[in-house]
Amino acid sequence: MIKRRAFLTASAAALAAPALVEKVGAQSAFDWKQFKGKTISVSLTKSPRADNLQNHQKEFEEMTGIRVQSEQMPEQQQRPKMIMELASGKPSFDVTHFSLHVSKRVVGTGKWLEDLRTYLKDPKLTAPDFDFADIGPGALAAITQPDGRIDSLPIETDLWLVYYNKKLFAQAGIAAMPTTFDAMMDAAHKLNAPAKNIYGFVARGVKNANVPVWTSFLLGMNQETITPDGKTLLTDTPAAIWAGEYYKKILRECAPPGVVGFNWNECQTSFMQGNIGMWLDGVGFCPPLFDPKVSKISDSVGVGLMPAGPKGHHCAMFNDGVGIPARSRNKGAAYLYCQWAAGKQMAINLVNLGGGASPRLSTYSEPSLKPPSAEWLVTLKESLKIARPGLPEIVPVTEFRDAIGIALTNMVQGADPATELKKATEAFKPVLEESLRT
Amino acid sequence: MSETTANTTLQSAAPLGGAHNYARRYWVFALPAAIVVTGVILFPWIFSVVMSVFTWKVSGNAYFVGLDNFSKLFHDTRFLWAMVRTFYFTAAAVVLPMILGIWAAVCFANNFSLRGLCRTLFILPMMATPVAIALVWTMMFHPQLGVLNYILSVFGLPPSQWVYSDTTVIPTLVMVETWQWTPLVMLIVLGGIASLPSDPYEAAIIDGASGWQMFRYLTVPMVWPFIIVAATMRVIDALKTFDTIFVITNGGPGTSSETMNMLLYQTAFAYYDLGYASALVLVFFAIILVISLGLLSMRQMERWQ
Repeated sequence: MIKRRAFLTASAAALAAPALVEKVGAQSAFDWKQFKGKTISVSLTKSPRADNLQNHQKEFEEMTGIRVQSEQMPEQQQRPKMIMELASGKPSFDVTHFSLHVSKRVVGTGKWLEDLRTYLKDPKLTAPDFDFADIGPGALAAITQPDGRIDSLPIETDLWLVYYNKKLFAQAGIAAMPTTFDAMMDAAHKLNAPAKNIYGFVARGVKNANVPVWTSFLLGMNQETITPDGKTLLTDTPAAIWAGEYYKKILRECAPPGVVGFNWNECQTSFMQGNIGMWLDGVGFCPPLFDPKVSKISDSVGVGLMPAGPKGHHCAMFNDGVGIPARSRNKGAAYLYCQWAAGKQMAINLVNLGGGASPRLSTYSEPSLKPPSAEWLVTLKESLKIARPGLPEIVPVTEFRDAIGIALTNMVQGADPATELKKATEAFKPVLEESLRT
Repeated sequence: MSETTANTTLQSAAPLGGAHNYARRYWVFALPAAIVVTGVILFPWIFSVVMSVFTWKVSGNAYFVGLDNFSKLFHDTRFLWAMVRTFYFTAAAVVLPMILGIWAAVCFANNFSLRGLCRTLFILPMMATPVAIALVWTMMFHPQLGVLNYILSVFGLPPSQWVYSDTTVIPTLVMVETWQWTPLVMLIVLGGIASLPSDPYEAAIIDGASGWQMFRYLTVPMVWPFIIVAATMRVIDALKTFDTIFVITNGGPGTSSETMNMLLYQTAFAYYDLGYASALVLVFFAIILVISLGLLSMRQMERWQ
């Protein structure tokens, strides 16, 4: 017969067991509190992925006991600030967020960021469930420097797709998002009604930012901007000129006046006001579109896959990462932050926010995903299958974007694409050659 | 202080050695300023001169190239166009505020009801933060959603592309600059007018001079030194304009509003080409110096007349 005291003791032990097992398991697996009491500074580029990190920052602080001082700055200011501080040898931050398609090769050449391969192999620093093998091939290639060093962890993959206005599509008698470049051009013309302040298509026209629009069309010709060895420009080939002509035609004939001065934010604002039929841009710009407080078309936003070009069906891809300055004094705590930021849960949070695509493969089989739009998630998954880098991986990528970007702006203002692209290629060639020499 | 005490103080100071000993000790007082000037102005300046003869990318090594950066500058069409745009922008952004500022100063020099309130309202643009102003203007310039095109449509005028077209971008930026800095010219010139004697005007009225004649032959010559000071400040400010252009157009569309300051920023902080940017800054500094000295010499000439 079981005595009352024995019964109570056994019950208490049974109740406490899960907590004890969890504690023992956690300690044996990974100690998130190993840098408790430390304070780290995090420099972020203003973006939905940075919002995602800041929205959940408190969870990281509670889990690790590390205090985080994070700051978001517009990319135009954050990028030079990061490079200048890293070059000075005394950066004011312990973790930096950056666009790999812009700054990867510069920080790699300077070897300013910590090589994380040793950290990733260290079981004391890397949690067993971090699962580095879960990172998709595109993001893995983006974080790997040409010499094999891995000096950042991926937190977001940006894929380019087409947002469209379902109401305007219905009014113009267009049943679905076009699936080819020709059909997209036709649809843009059908939607276009300048007298009603309605325009068929919009995309970035401002120099530098406009290059991914052109490369999106170039990928439809199954071509990138540079040879795989990174030494020969392919920016004045017949395919490049064809992409330039398409860019010129669709923006000149179907975009709002003044589009040469439009960056993504002007495009987004015009689209949310209901004045635009289709908007080509990154997957991460979705959150405000579905928010009725700021979007007049929150109930009629469609999300379509990048249409197929004459010779290929691809969408442009870009990646963001986080890294630790080699001169940081809080590398351990900073690494825990990077690991958390690039972890599975934060990837799920990012997709749920609609702030971008997850660089992790496991995210897409997660049953708890709740994205802002089911169509957005389906399109995102389809885009992953056809994604290719949207910019060349070279050190002077900003000069490249400026040279080609000015040519594209001139095209929208009437210049001949072949002449402009040849001129831009000739102007940029010596800059590329010099970067390869040094 | 009584006369006796003052005399005692002077007498007790005399045995210290007179002016000769004082002068020896003066450098101690100038030392803090000299250290600051050396650290903040002289050293960066010398460093810029040194950097200008090197090819130096932030992530790479520096190579001595002599005067190559300077010769490259004068073959760089982007630089030459930036120079042309800088002069175009400066000329317009000086002349318009000067004309409107002098006119406003003459108006505000007269007595009328609510003059104080009007003057306060008039100088408000000058007191606002340039970046905040630039952001507000950017929203107003939007070709489809901005309020400016709405206002034009109310008056039956065709819409403008404002800063979104290569032909209208610089005039539009000049408009912002004029709106913001006309009050400064007005304040300087108004100060000059307030200090003028009334006798010449009374004599002119007795002689039957018209309002325009009094302005042309009395006011302008007498406030000329103030006008030159205002013009000098405007020229230097207009040449250096960066924040409003950076926020509103970032040098675009294309390079249509890329002034020397914008190109300099782009070269140093987007291309990280510090050697070439240093050469650019030295040339730009020389241009500002020559123009400023020219304007100041005009003021001196006026004094000798």
